[in-house]
Amino acid sequence: MTDATASGLPEARSQGGASLLQQDALMKRRNAAEARFKFYGIAAISISLITLCVMLWTIFSDGVSAFRQASLELTVTIDPERLDPEGDRSLESLSKVTTIGYGNLLSGALNDYMAERNISVEGVTPKQVGDFISRDAPARLRNMVLADPDLLGQTIRFSTFASGRIDGYLKGRVTMASAERDSNITPAQLQLADRLVEAGVLTSAFNWRFLTNPDASDQRPESAGLGIAIIGSLYMMFLVAIMVLPIGVAASIYLEEFAPKNKWTDIIEVNISNLAAVPSIVYGILGLAIFINFAKLPASAPIVGALVLTLMTLPTIIIATRASLRAVPPSIRDAALGVGASKMQTVFHHVLPLAAPGILTGTILGLASALGETAPLLLIGMVAFVANYPASPLDGGFFDPATALPVQVYSWASRSDPAFIERSSGAIIVLLAFLLAMNIIAILLRRRFERRW
Amino acid sequence: MNDMRIVERDVDTQKAKITARGVQVHYGTTHALKDVNVDILDNTVTAFIGPSGCGKSTFLRCLNRMNDTVASARVSGEILIDGENIYDKRVDPVQLRAKVGMVFQKPNPFPKSIYDNVAYGPKIHGMTRNKADLDEIVESALRKAALWNEAKDRLNAPGTGLSGGQQQRLCIARAIATSPEVLLMDEPCSALDPIATAQVEELIDELRASFSVVIVTHSMQQAARVSQRTAFFHLGNLVEYGETGTIFTNPTDPRTESYISGRIG
Ligand SMILES: Nc1ncnc2c1ncn2[C@@H]1O[C@H](COP(=O)(O)OP(=O)(O)OP(=O)(O)O)[C@@H](O)[C@H]1O
Ligand SMILES: [Mg+2]
Repeated sequence: MTDATASGLPEARSQGGASLLQQDALMKRRNAAEARFKFYGIAAISISLITLCVMLWTIFSDGVSAFRQASLELTVTIDPERLDPEGDRSLESLSKVTTIGYGNLLSGALNDYMAERNISVEGVTPKQVGDFISRDAPARLRNMVLADPDLLGQTIRFSTFASGRIDGYLKGRVTMASAERDSNITPAQLQLADRLVEAGVLTSAFNWRFLTNPDASDQRPESAGLGIAIIGSLYMMFLVAIMVLPIGVAASIYLEEFAPKNKWTDIIEVNISNLAAVPSIVYGILGLAIFINFAKLPASAPIVGALVLTLMTLPTIIIATRASLRAVPPSIRDAALGVGASKMQTVFHHVLPLAAPGILTGTILGLASALGETAPLLLIGMVAFVANYPASPLDGGFFDPATALPVQVYSWASRSDPAFIERSSGAIIVLLAFLLAMNIIAILLRRRFERRW
Repeated sequence: MNDMRIVERDVDTQKAKITARGVQVHYGTTHALKDVNVDILDNTVTAFIGPSGCGKSTFLRCLNRMNDTVASARVSGEILIDGENIYDKRVDPVQLRAKVGMVFQKPNPFPKSIYDNVAYGPKIHGMTRNKADLDEIVESALRKAALWNEAKDRLNAPGTGLSGGQQQRLCIARAIATSPEVLLMDEPCSALDPIATAQVEELIDELRASFSVVIVTHSMQQAARVSQRTAFFHLGNLVEYGETGTIFTNPTDPRTESYISGRIG
């Protein structure tokens, strides 16, 4: 053995006295390998950066426009003759007039306005002028009047969304050429839209209602918003966080610090690793079977979504937590046990504080992946069209139907009107903002804990 | 520092503090300690010497049941402290470790402030009623460990920010703050410079008044300087145990003789 190594000395080594100013062949090869490896690394990073940039660019270029919306500023006289035929202002008689009546009122107001200002309506019928107004507007005006019958007889300024096609024209999505082929809009209408913009009636502004409105039907993309999806996602994140953190951390601490190492704990360990790799849709089926069909919890409810997402993130969090517990040097445990701390004191006074930054990072990453999860939520019915806001958590809001951000992205992306594609990208931007916020929280918490060494 | 001066000190007492009978330790299939019988006296410094891997740390860790934390370790035999078997089912190792303090081979301060490092033991054992008591304990422990002058202005600085030797003295302060009856020290001076070593040795000598001290060391001079009793381990056996003077000048076993004269180990 010793002989072999002695005689097997590399050539380069045996020729003593070689100059240090010259690289020998082996050194050159090693340096070349290193240079190659660095190149691979830089190439890999560049590819990922480019992909990221392309992705962000597509999302933002498609989605930013969802935050702006064209709206019409109308002066409407709330005509009592048409809205209150019986003239008694009672809620009962007022509610006999349907939204169609209010629609006619609004469309009349717009037509009158153009007649007054001599804006040419060449090639556009009064009905087509009415189509400029979002189908959402009559219902809103009706609700206003029902809530406050004193409005009858007054002349008010009423701001409403323009319909989706007009909005699309202002954003460049709808063009003269596409209008030719579109049964919902004519080029003449678009020319009228130009004149309305000039007159200052048709304006485009930042649209808060994209963030607060509930979803809307296919006919009125302009009023569809993320309100319910955001509330649903927030409810679920809250519930997941309060369920997953105690369960995950307790399970990890027990497995890592207290459990005997035997074949049962081995089996549990293997199963946890396997669960982390189970496709998320399987958790959806599980949730459907257990929480909805068996436990009879309401479908589409944030509580069910949160339970499913908790099951899904638990393995990831247990794995991350155990890894950070294991990273605490054993000498710290020895030190604590050596001064007579009990196992529990050792863990809670010394090990856990050191592992906390890792645990928090793991948890927030787990929550972030839960926030973006779509498939299991589809199975438990969170993709349903929900028009009413869930109640506050204190009033059982966790059990009210809601949707979630990624599900909203999915359902808008699958609708036919291109106006929804823009909103889908807009929803992705909101989702990314949420993820960014969560990561910032993770970083801040980490800093806070790390400052205590 | 490098003289082989052997201090002939009177051994104050002959009372056995710790009695080990037939102690065997297995790590899995490794037989690390083979039938050790020894009586460690009260108010005495006992040195464990022997070549690397002979089982000194293993035996030391048996004395406060730190081997319980090693999954593969199996300990058999009897170890009595004050006549009570510490491996009895009714003994809680946590309570035992408050009575038998330990300083580890590698300095391992908590990643907390210097003050908290020393105060932790007294706190969890409920030894103080108020902050002033605690301050006093911390100060006296740090003084005894010869760290007070260096640490008094930075009690709130992290213990991990100290130098290696200071960290080891901090660990000594931490161990004596709980006023144990037995102090186990595993090579406490391996990271210390000669001056700090001298301070720690002086400390060990002072501690003898109140504790029984067991020290593992690779330095024959140190064993000769600080201990009254010496045990020589070899390949898991306790080869020879007796008065330090006798072991160093007149060993009975040929293995002891060759180790001391530098032929094995
Ligand atoms: N945790 C463990 N698992 C398995 N074997 C161990 C373990 N700890 C110690 N051993 C083995 O037990 C034997 C005695 O080790 P021990 O640490 O007691 O030696 P030591 O005398 O303290 O040596 P040193 O002077 O180098 O510290 C060695 O053979 C060692 O490999
Ligand atoms: Mg050792």
